[in-house]
Amino acid sequence: MRVALFITCVNDTLFPGTGKAVVSLLRRLGCDVDFPAAQTCCGQMHVNTGYRDEGVRLARHFTEVFAGYDAVVAPSGSCAAMVREQYPKLVRPGSRGAAAIAEVAPRVHELSEFLVDVLKVEDVGAYFPHRVTYHPTCHSLRGLRLGDRPTRLLEKVRGLELVPLPAAQECCGFGGTFAVKNPAVSAAMGADKVRNVLDTGAEVLCAADNSCLMHIGGTLSRQRTGIRVMHLAEILAATDEGTRP
Amino acid sequence: MSATFLGMPGDFPKNAARAVQDSQLRYNLRKATHTIRGKRAAVVDELPDWRELRAAGKAIKDETLRHLDRYLVQLEEAVTRAGGHVHWARDAAEANRVVAGLVKATGETEVVKVKSMATQEIGLNEALAAEGITAYETDLAELIVQLGDDFPSHILVPAIHRNRAEIREIFLDRMGDAPPGLTDEPAALAEAARLHLRERFLRSKVAVSGANFMIAETGTLVVLESEGNGRMCLTLPETLISVVGIEKLLPTWRDLEVFLQLLPRSSTGERMNPYTSTWTGSAEGQDFHLVLLDNGRTDVLADEVGRQALRCIRCSACLNVCPVYERAGGHAYGSVYPGPIGAILTPQLRGMSSELDASLPYASSLCGACYDVCPVAIDIPEVLVDLRAKAPHGAAERAGMRVAGWILDDQTRLAKAQRAAGRLRRLVPRRLPGPLSAWTDTRDLPEIPEESFRDWWEREG
Repeated sequence: MRVALFITCVNDTLFPGTGKAVVSLLRRLGCDVDFPAAQTCCGQMHVNTGYRDEGVRLARHFTEVFAGYDAVVAPSGSCAAMVREQYPKLVRPGSRGAAAIAEVAPRVHELSEFLVDVLKVEDVGAYFPHRVTYHPTCHSLRGLRLGDRPTRLLEKVRGLELVPLPAAQECCGFGGTFAVKNPAVSAAMGADKVRNVLDTGAEVLCAADNSCLMHIGGTLSRQRTGIRVMHLAEILAATDEGTRP
Repeated sequence: MSATFLGMPGDFPKNAARAVQDSQLRYNLRKATHTIRGKRAAVVDELPDWRELRAAGKAIKDETLRHLDRYLVQLEEAVTRAGGHVHWARDAAEANRVVAGLVKATGETEVVKVKSMATQEIGLNEALAAEGITAYETDLAELIVQLGDDFPSHILVPAIHRNRAEIREIFLDRMGDAPPGLTDEPAALAEAARLHLRERFLRSKVAVSGANFMIAETGTLVVLESEGNGRMCLTLPETLISVVGIEKLLPTWRDLEVFLQLLPRSSTGERMNPYTSTWTGSAEGQDFHLVLLDNGRTDVLADEVGRQALRCIRCSACLNVCPVYERAGGHAYGSVYPGPIGAILTPQLRGMSSELDASLPYASSLCGACYDVCPVAIDIPEVLVDLRAKAPHGAAERAGMRVAGWILDDQTRLAKAQRAAGRLRRLVPRRLPGPLSAWTDTRDLPEIPEESFRDWWEREG
């Protein structure tokens, strides 16, 4: 199966390891992975901060770059939700833009959706002998309704002990530019999330969005907790031989 | 909107930053919101048809709003036929003028009030005071707020920011007939308030209320409450004046079937509230006046995205699940409508010309918990994002967003920016200057990689 990787601008720039993990994982599962180099950003930051014109421009660019692929895989619940849930609201119904979005949006999948729903695989052959807790990010939980797909995948990882995160469904307080526009509330929410993570005794906090992990992980690191954050893709890509693609 | 909140200093982020420091407030809010949240979840989950009820609630409200003109006239005719008087108020000033005039015509200088959001929105108590009329709140929590010269901070539980020790202090200081040995036992506090209020109910000749629903076909008004104080206000006085927003309409009596299930379960987490009062015109022998309030609602109705906020039935389920409300508290929103619904209602009703109102659409992490619990399916995140596009933006932010947009418009520019960041990675300080310090005050930055994903892919993908 020929799959286009939508890496997302945050992963591309700050977390290339997540992208490499997705490539490694999908190739291991027999996919032919392509990276359309013209891709940039889904436009979520602009749209959600109130800069709709810039966001619409980026959305148009996205639909052009990814037109014609059978499947587009994004290692981000938030960016996949942007394309699927928010793109249709940016254009007039019946317009050319609406048609282009209707064409591409249903073929955009968050990683765990692609694995479970499209490839129909839950045991991806990973090995990760650590105690892990999983935070369901808001846009994967309430936007995409990923449900238990990510934890089903994690439960099948050899050696991995999955411990439940208390109050898992509560927002971590990242919220894009919310984190800097409302820093006090964002930090308070982050501190509560961190306390819940510490209560699990996990070594690793896992999520399907690096932007939320950047916020929680930045707080974990500032508090010198010693807990690592890892994207779902990085755990699923890990094997006895390591994670090299 | 309310005069009560005008002059509230600062914007939402500053107000919230102050509130976050108040550990007593955080404790009170967390305890109260989580308790109601849990009760709501339990009584909603036990209904197998909640999803259908929610869809029906949304559909009935949308149908009503689509033909609001017709239903309002139908209501006016029904109320008039039943001996009531209908007054139309374009804005807060007009509504206050009408109510003050009606009270004066009775010759009274005191009114008792049923808990009402609409009268708070228009600052009725202050307007009446200016005309020499004293309004007494009779809802227990509203009484606490009024006695404490305080602002309400929650739609359903206006004194949610107070604990019982604070309430005891307020009663002893401000309620003349409070027993000297008053303890902070909830039953003792309630008894003290009950004795204080009984005397008022029996004395007052005029009452002012709002309404949860108005039925167009019959002209009936409906109030749901927990204490019975509302029932006494509605039935004892000789004159009853109800101030109700024009969006509170339901077409038929039968539509109540849906809303009497949706509202109590969403708001107090009860299967049914203790008191539901209904009245139609002057059928019970009272002199009844209905003041229909617009105050910005027709402007909201004209907005294709924002109009869904008019479906709101003021249950406050969105407040009780909101992680931002839980930490910022209701006062930070500077409006009688706090929380997620306030963040979309206030900027629409009073515009975004003040610093505070312009900051409200940003008072959310867009986590979507509010939309999930809303009994009439208001897509609050959608409206927030829409309002953000209309809100004024600062010059520095505009410039930054334009540069970011320019870089992201083109893969070559993005790659160049990534390589520049990679080269400068060792120079990034642990604490960033200026507005970016908002990130690094509490969080470490991620390490900037030497090589972006796209460069790696080109090299060996």
